[in-house]
Amino acid sequence: MDILYFLVPLSVVLVFFIIGGIWWAIYSGQFDDMEKEGERILKDG
Amino acid sequence: MAFANSQATTYNDKVVRQFAIMTVIWGVVGMLVGVIIASQLAWPELNMGISFLSFGRLRPLHTNAVIFAFGGCGLFATSYYVVQRTCQVRLFSDKLAAFTFWGWQLVILLAAISLPLGYTSGKEYAELEWPIDILLTLVWVTYAIVFFGTIGTRKVRHIYVANWFFGAFILAIAILHLVNSAAIPVALMGMKSYSAYAGVQDAMVQWWYGHNAVGFFLTAGFLGMMYYFIPKQAGRPVYSYRLSIVHFWALIFTYMWAGPHHLHYTALPDWTQSLGMVFSLILLAPSWGGMINGIMTLSGAWHKLRDDPILRFLIVSLSFYGMSTFEGPMMAIKTVNALSHYTDWTVGHVHSGALGWVGLVTMGSMYYLIPRLFGQKQMFSVKAIEVHFYMATIGIVLYIAALWIAGVMQGLMWRSINPDGTLTYTFVESVKASYPFYVLRLAGGALYLTGMIIMLWNTIKTATAGRSVSVNIPAVAAHA
Repeated sequence: MDILYFLVPLSVVLVFFIIGGIWWAIYSGQFDDMEKEGERILKDG
Repeated sequence: MAFANSQATTYNDKVVRQFAIMTVIWGVVGMLVGVIIASQLAWPELNMGISFLSFGRLRPLHTNAVIFAFGGCGLFATSYYVVQRTCQVRLFSDKLAAFTFWGWQLVILLAAISLPLGYTSGKEYAELEWPIDILLTLVWVTYAIVFFGTIGTRKVRHIYVANWFFGAFILAIAILHLVNSAAIPVALMGMKSYSAYAGVQDAMVQWWYGHNAVGFFLTAGFLGMMYYFIPKQAGRPVYSYRLSIVHFWALIFTYMWAGPHHLHYTALPDWTQSLGMVFSLILLAPSWGGMINGIMTLSGAWHKLRDDPILRFLIVSLSFYGMSTFEGPMMAIKTVNALSHYTDWTVGHVHSGALGWVGLVTMGSMYYLIPRLFGQKQMFSVKAIEVHFYMATIGIVLYIAALWIAGVMQGLMWRSINPDGTLTYTFVESVKASYPFYVLRLAGGALYLTGMIIMLWNTIKTATAGRSVSVNIPAVAAHA
């Protein structure tokens, strides 16, 4: 089970990256207008 | 910083066209090899004593052709098409994109030569030996540059959800490939190498890779396809954009842990097996999130299914996706796995996902894409699309039903014990009992292949009747 000493800290680092990604997405306005974004792709080719 | 592609006024659909055509061609090739090896399982004489035509050599050719040649070209074509149109900018680099096309075809060609000749690492879905692995890495890094470079130079601020799925697929595959294919070549000249890992650790790395190949190559990538082409074909936005974001993050996090379910009751430590089982069960939720989102996009437009065979391909693909992502977690339960492991139920499950989900969503997306790439409104023959749909669906049902029965039968026969503790059946008796189901499975697969050949015919007729047109990038009115 010793591999867990490596895997768990690695997973925590990965979770930080994920949180970073979600944080960036929210604060750069990616989720500001959910309805419009879904419809946007229908507007042209 | 202004990049050249930001100034371009048209999309790069040339590379999309190239990949789309090859998707259909490799589909026929990969499925043909599948039919050949299915025949060999029913009638071993068809191995013909020729080494490079024997089942053991051709099986990885089949899996690599359908996953990476057919599926891969489909993903390249659609990701390049979708990322340009949703970002309203031309691909980051035409030259690099062209390199990914020719490089990928070269990888496929080298696979087609090396695998039948017996050069293999022995790792499932990662059989290609080290020189081809290096080429693969170069192509993949280039793909990442083109894809993320296009997103980075986008004219639309919002990154459409399909691109998150494509992006996760590209990044995950890069990590998976680098880790699992790590090997030490025996000599600089020659193909032989040894895995950087050994024993049960190697098995764990392999099945971490193997299941994430399913989760990121065959799931996340094709969900990206689904999230663009279903709304476009149905003319309706995704049912719940919020749900698409939530299940995306849940999916990519959970998939990474599911690998151990391939190693139940092996030398892999018990705690690892349990971890894999639990996360595989949790995985049901984000997977069904995707299925529900896609199917419910038709809310208010169900009538379109009556007349539109392309929509039927796309929606039925999601039904099979839902089925497979329910069956999978069930099979990941240790007690169930004790029956199913090493049987044809596993093969049936794989093909329900591969033919049902991956195959049908790719076909539906290509039927949308191909006419437009040749300046047409629709494929040469819509009737042929309908015929293809029915052949494919019946083929799938025959295939999986045959292997469900065979698989459960095998599992029951192998575990059957007489009152005195001896095994009831010999192994060869279970092989003999499987024969009729192997023939049935072949029939299903042959139907599926025939449908694909019809698609190839339809594609050739469409391509030769039309001509490639340059599509202008719309002037961006919305905020950047």
